[in-house]
Amino acid sequence: MIRHRPIAALCALGLFATPALTATADDAAALRAELAILKADYAARVDALEARIVQLEAAAANPQPLPEPPAAPPDTRSSATAFNPAISLIIGGSYADTSRDPGDWRVAGFIPSGGEVGPGERSFNLGESELTLSANVDPYFSATMTAAITGENEIEVEEAFFRTLALPAGFTAKGGRFFSGFGYLNEVHAHAWDFVDPPLVYQAFFGNQMAQDGLQVKWIAPTDLFIELGAEVGNGDAFPGTRRHRNGLSATAIFAHIGGDLGVSTSWRAGAAWLDQRAEDRTYEDTGDVGAPVVDAFTGKSRTWVVDAVLKWAPNGDVTRRQLKIQGEYMRRAEDGELAYDVGGLGLADGYRHEGSGWYLQTVYQFHPRWRIGARYDALDSGAPRIALVDDGTLSAGAFTLPRAADPDRVSLMLDWNPSEFTRLRAQYAWDDARAAGGRDRQFRLQYLFGIGAHGAHKY
Amino acid sequence: MKNALRGVTLLLALLATGYGAPARAAIKVLATTSDWGALATEIGGDKVNVYVATSALQDVHRVDAKPSLVARARTADLVVATGAELEIGWLPVLVRESGNPRIQPGAPGYFEAAAQLKLLDVPTRFDRAMGDIHPQGNPHVQLDPRNIAIVAQALAARLAKIDPSSAATYAQRAADFDARWRAAIARWESRAAPLKGAPIVVMHKDHVYLCHWLGLVEVAAIEPKPGVPPSAGYLGELVAKLTASPPRMILRNAYNDPKAADWLAARIHAPVVLLPFSVGGTPRAKDLFGLFDDTIDRLLALES
Repeated sequence: MIRHRPIAALCALGLFATPALTATADDAAALRAELAILKADYAARVDALEARIVQLEAAAANPQPLPEPPAAPPDTRSSATAFNPAISLIIGGSYADTSRDPGDWRVAGFIPSGGEVGPGERSFNLGESELTLSANVDPYFSATMTAAITGENEIEVEEAFFRTLALPAGFTAKGGRFFSGFGYLNEVHAHAWDFVDPPLVYQAFFGNQMAQDGLQVKWIAPTDLFIELGAEVGNGDAFPGTRRHRNGLSATAIFAHIGGDLGVSTSWRAGAAWLDQRAEDRTYEDTGDVGAPVVDAFTGKSRTWVVDAVLKWAPNGDVTRRQLKIQGEYMRRAEDGELAYDVGGLGLADGYRHEGSGWYLQTVYQFHPRWRIGARYDALDSGAPRIALVDDGTLSAGAFTLPRAADPDRVSLMLDWNPSEFTRLRAQYAWDDARAAGGRDRQFRLQYLFGIGAHGAHKY
Repeated sequence: MKNALRGVTLLLALLATGYGAPARAAIKVLATTSDWGALATEIGGDKVNVYVATSALQDVHRVDAKPSLVARARTADLVVATGAELEIGWLPVLVRESGNPRIQPGAPGYFEAAAQLKLLDVPTRFDRAMGDIHPQGNPHVQLDPRNIAIVAQALAARLAKIDPSSAATYAQRAADFDARWRAAIARWESRAAPLKGAPIVVMHKDHVYLCHWLGLVEVAAIEPKPGVPPSAGYLGELVAKLTASPPRMILRNAYNDPKAADWLAARIHAPVVLLPFSVGGTPRAKDLFGLFDDTIDRLLALES
């Protein structure tokens, strides 16, 4: 390109020079001299350019080691947008086909947990859209918020918490609303569950998941074995607690996790936790023996033990091809206090003690890249609730249909396909014996989950 | 309950003080890949204690944030990562869960190799419809030894900053490594001269730096887009295209499933060359020198 320029210039010069032919001989000589000077000038320039081309070609053929990049170029964006937090959005939904009416689904033997539990509605359902924003606040804190926008057009704050970045000696503190650190599944957001729904024990004991409005302190031991100890205090608002009209703490939790590797292919984590919560007038609706719904209420202490374990195996730790994940949790809860019958009506109240337990065991196997299959067994045992109003003959046993001896269980199978890290399409079939009577519910569900925005990083 | 809490508090206090006391020990380095682990050992010698989070048989894009890695992150003085979002699915979790302020991004204890380099394949359009793209550029930087030379100097400077008492050792070891490394680069380059212009097929776009260095020409990738598996239709087109102009070889990394490369090789009659890709990927790739010796030998094996 560059070489053509002098020629073009000479042509142009020729055009302008044409009228000069009619001029005098002196003029012609002067023009000739000028032309000679111009020619020489352009020849010199062409030579210089050719030399530079040769130099550049040589440099391109033998690239020097890349120099350290210069300091980041001045960014013209204003700081208002440069500091935008990481944003990610998960959208999900499902199609459900159930053999029984989902409206009458109850976990037999347990006081309802109040959460949006159960198989959900039939046919197409828009699930929760999870919107997460997170960023470091300053050198000392980071902040994260996850809002769940439900298919019923409500916005719930799932989590909104700060976390410390600079505490010494392995401590991290977290405050605000956050999923409690007990167990394995409680901290896992719904889109990362391995099945469409959480295990029955989470549904019955915590209304799917327990979020604390409070503070958490965690400490990790400076050892090669993973040892994590945590303690939480909260306002107790989450089931099985209630908000109480007094100062101080209404819920505490302590938990510990340990974990490590067994060779290059296997890793594991196990934990135990203890939760102490208080309930005050925790009301629920029961269809007593009168046939009409009455409102009953529990006031007292609720204490829960949780043990959890998870083991993952992948040949040489390469999770892209095959991976096996086995996880299980066991929970035991004792509630001690007073059960009131027909609050606002008869208003009878007397002692109550209920000790129930539940567990699940599940296995998920990625048998081919992008394809996973899973099986889960859930079981609950409500034990034999002791209701003083019934024991002393004040009310008949039929007055309370919910807290009574029962052992619901469920079997679920799932298959999912993950064409990329951001898409999951799943089919799940469950044989659900959670209800007290009326037989088994067969539930078939198809689910989609899509993630857009910032690349998520999942916990173990 | 109160007694239990008091006991736990006491235990915490004991452990925190007992373990927290900084005995003059080796600098603990948590390297995300075996390559950076090997480089940290070259520069740090016995002044550093290196733990490598992954092996050459793993795809570093996809790694579980295992409890054992959180435990290592907790005690690390320095994290040496590739960066450019290669480890985005797991390293942020380790750093966050570690409770270790020394290794938070921005702190001296957080080092990214890619941040020292000029990256190739920087996308001009950010759209996940294009597959698993990395906004900052292609993160598989280790297969150009000139990149390793640059990272080595930056890593030595960083180690000196974290551990000033051994700064002279790091500087001296870095200078020594640099001299040996440059001699090795010259040797590899002269041996690899016949490879210049050789057409190759790759699995994933993770050999761009090797191609850039040796002048290999990547004519096709088995993945139509980064991280996206090939469809039957795409493979059909690939076979047609490569039968017409066959590549000299198909490159496969130690961690790749051999099936796709073998399938293609059988159809287009081109050999598959297994490369270590990272230190530890083959028995000979014991360290960084072995990694390149073995890579060049394997690439040249077809020439003789």
